Amino acid sequence: MAKLSTGAEIVFKCLEDQNVEFIFGYPGGAVLPIYDELKNHSSIKHILVRHEQGAGHAAEGYARSSGKPGVVLVTSGPGATNVVTALTDAYMDSIPLVCISGQVPTHLIGTDAFQECDTTGITRPCTKHNWLVKDIKDLSKIIHEAFEVATTGRPGPVLVDIPKDIQFQKATYTKPKKDKKLNGKHHKRFNQKDIDELIRLMSKSNKPIFYTGGGVINSGPKASMLLRELVQATGFPITSTLQGLGSFPGDDNSFLGMLGMHGTYEANNAMHDCDLMINIGARFDDRITGKIDEFSPKSKKVHIDIDPSSINKNVKVDLPIVGDVQDVISSTIKTIKKTKPNFANSNKQKISKWWETIQKWREKKSLDYVNSTETIKPQYAVQRLYELTKNKDTYITTEVGQHQMWAAQHYKFDKPNRWMTSGGLGTMGYGLPAAVGVQIAHPKKLVIDIAGEASVLMTMQEMSTAVQYNLPIKIFILNNEYMGMVRQWQELLHDKNYSESYTAALPDFVKLAEAYGCVGIRATNPSELDDKIIEMLNTDRPVIFDCLVDKQENCFPMIPSGKPHNQMLLGPKDQEQNKITGKGKTLV
Amino acid sequence: MSRSAYSTPGKKGKFDKHIIVVWVDNEAGVLARVVGLFSGRGYNIESLAVAEVDAKLNISRITIVTTGTPQVIEQIKLQLKKLVPVHKVADFKREDKNVIFKEMALFKLVGNISKRNKALKACKKYNAVLLDKTNKSYVVQVTALRREIDTMSKNLKKLGLVSISRTGAVAMTRGAEVFK
Repeated sequence: MAKLSTGAEIVFKCLEDQNVEFIFGYPGGAVLPIYDELKNHSSIKHILVRHEQGAGHAAEGYARSSGKPGVVLVTSGPGATNVVTALTDAYMDSIPLVCISGQVPTHLIGTDAFQECDTTGITRPCTKHNWLVKDIKDLSKIIHEAFEVATTGRPGPVLVDIPKDIQFQKATYTKPKKDKKLNGKHHKRFNQKDIDELIRLMSKSNKPIFYTGGGVINSGPKASMLLRELVQATGFPITSTLQGLGSFPGDDNSFLGMLGMHGTYEANNAMHDCDLMINIGARFDDRITGKIDEFSPKSKKVHIDIDPSSINKNVKVDLPIVGDVQDVISSTIKTIKKTKPNFANSNKQKISKWWETIQKWREKKSLDYVNSTETIKPQYAVQRLYELTKNKDTYITTEVGQHQMWAAQHYKFDKPNRWMTSGGLGTMGYGLPAAVGVQIAHPKKLVIDIAGEASVLMTMQEMSTAVQYNLPIKIFILNNEYMGMVRQWQELLHDKNYSESYTAALPDFVKLAEAYGCVGIRATNPSELDDKIIEMLNTDRPVIFDCLVDKQENCFPMIPSGKPHNQMLLGPKDQEQNKITGKGKTLV
Repeated sequence: MSRSAYSTPGKKGKFDKHIIVVWVDNEAGVLARVVGLFSGRGYNIESLAVAEVDAKLNISRITIVTTGTPQVIEQIKLQLKKLVPVHKVADFKREDKNVIFKEMALFKLVGNISKRNKALKACKKYNAVLLDKTNKSYVVQVTALRREIDTMSKNLKKLGLVSISRTGAVAMTRGAEVFK
């Protein structure tokens, strides 16, 4: 007879066979058998967080920066409900997570037992799939399937809920099956005809643009390399969503910067005026499209996506191509090389006018701001941080708000998987635990969380995790004492009624850092900023950097909601030049 | 300028009635997944019928009557196909002549015999079956289209109808072909 293992042993055997090295978790009554088994599996290291949400975001940071699924282990009831925000975040941003939760013993399910909750019910809408294991014989199969569902197709979170009695019961362990399917399903794949049609549209276009997103990152580093090749082979301009940053070098001349609500003038205008839009792994999110009825009215639209349900969801497209970004780009490049080897050169003339127009938009310098010698402008702080870290292969995470947009605008990425931010769900408090996860995956690299003081307080407790595991993460807080983005919207749209967006009592972040056992640094004026940043970079311990910035600064450019791409609000410099007066002034 | 952080709704297209048939693994929570997808994404359910159709393969067949713009209907199908326990999804337009739609209803009629027999007669063309009979009441089974049952239940009110139980619509294509 085959050897029998307990449920807890089976969990670890599965994790071992799935090559899991780290799990992020927090123990509790309903997962104790699994925690008891941890000591027998030296290849798996457990990272003890301070709150289950932190475990989820740390696993997201780990996954996004390494390309491997993140694994979370939590207890029943509050353990599971605390991780819901992170699961939803991962669901929106397509991050592969496998969450294992304990559950009360099967005979107590439904009795409102201590720390019982309907975990599979609560997490059903925020996971790709979830399982309640009711029979020990199903356990190994379910965990292997969980990894497959999380990592194939459009990646995302899954959850396996294991009642405590199942963790004690015994069964034979089965290894994972070799063949991989998408979501455990086969999807229709694109064919050569689609690629030929794409190339036909490309060669006909006078005003083309690539609009790329997180799908390029999820497709793996090779997809980013191929994307560069594709842009070179076509000579087309390219813009990227928030999630796609890094798949194409941010300082390349073909790159128009980020698009969308806080995207550059040139990127948004190019999206509006183009005659061919090639969406690669993005999803026409409402922060990207603005007013949908007036979104890029004159263009043919191509949408390359691995998820068939992303196509025609928000914007009707002319040519859908369902497939992995890497496969589609690779086929496209191959076909171009075969049929039009000289495409970029022969096409140069045709799109030269388009590039001239783009150049004119670029001259607006929409990311410019009025700098100051007295107060640190937040944009200046991000720019200096970029200049001082750009040669260090830096990993950046962010929280959510103005600082996140300034980071996206002013920090230029040239590699994929270096930028971890909560885009879809917009979770304040994401960045610090994500940085923990990134540093776990890349112990020797520089990891910085560009943060706002309001966001970072939401998950500040994870500094304690960073200290425990000697993770030298740098928390770079742009401190303006406001929930800056909320304040900005209130200024522009609610008659400057700053309802509850000012934090009247903030901790002393330097002392807070010391209390946690890490290093606190404060910068109060522009002249000392560089020295302080260098001091931070030279500290081989976790640092909280309290950067006191201008409290009134707004994030521009900006597409006000309900407006199309070509009606942007620009920053104060442009407003001075154009002398907006009266009513217009109160809007900006 | 809009005072919202979100855009205002765009133009709404024309709504069509569709019947969506979903083949799923008959496992715990599968109906909640399907129904949760509809409620979570704001899709409409007019009626729902579900039962196991293959005990050996453990397959249930869910028939959902829904309305939506062509874009929404397309999304419903694609989102359903993404669910792990879903095997296949078929979609029929309500006016599709090639598809049979049926609903079943049980009517409880209470009253004097002449009233009840009148009611029974009115049910005749909808495959009426008398399932239960006492000296005060009838229970009648009919199978018909949704709107026919709607009309019937309205008309039978004055003939002693006191209780109605009805299923959601089920659907099947005409002819020898089977949806793959």
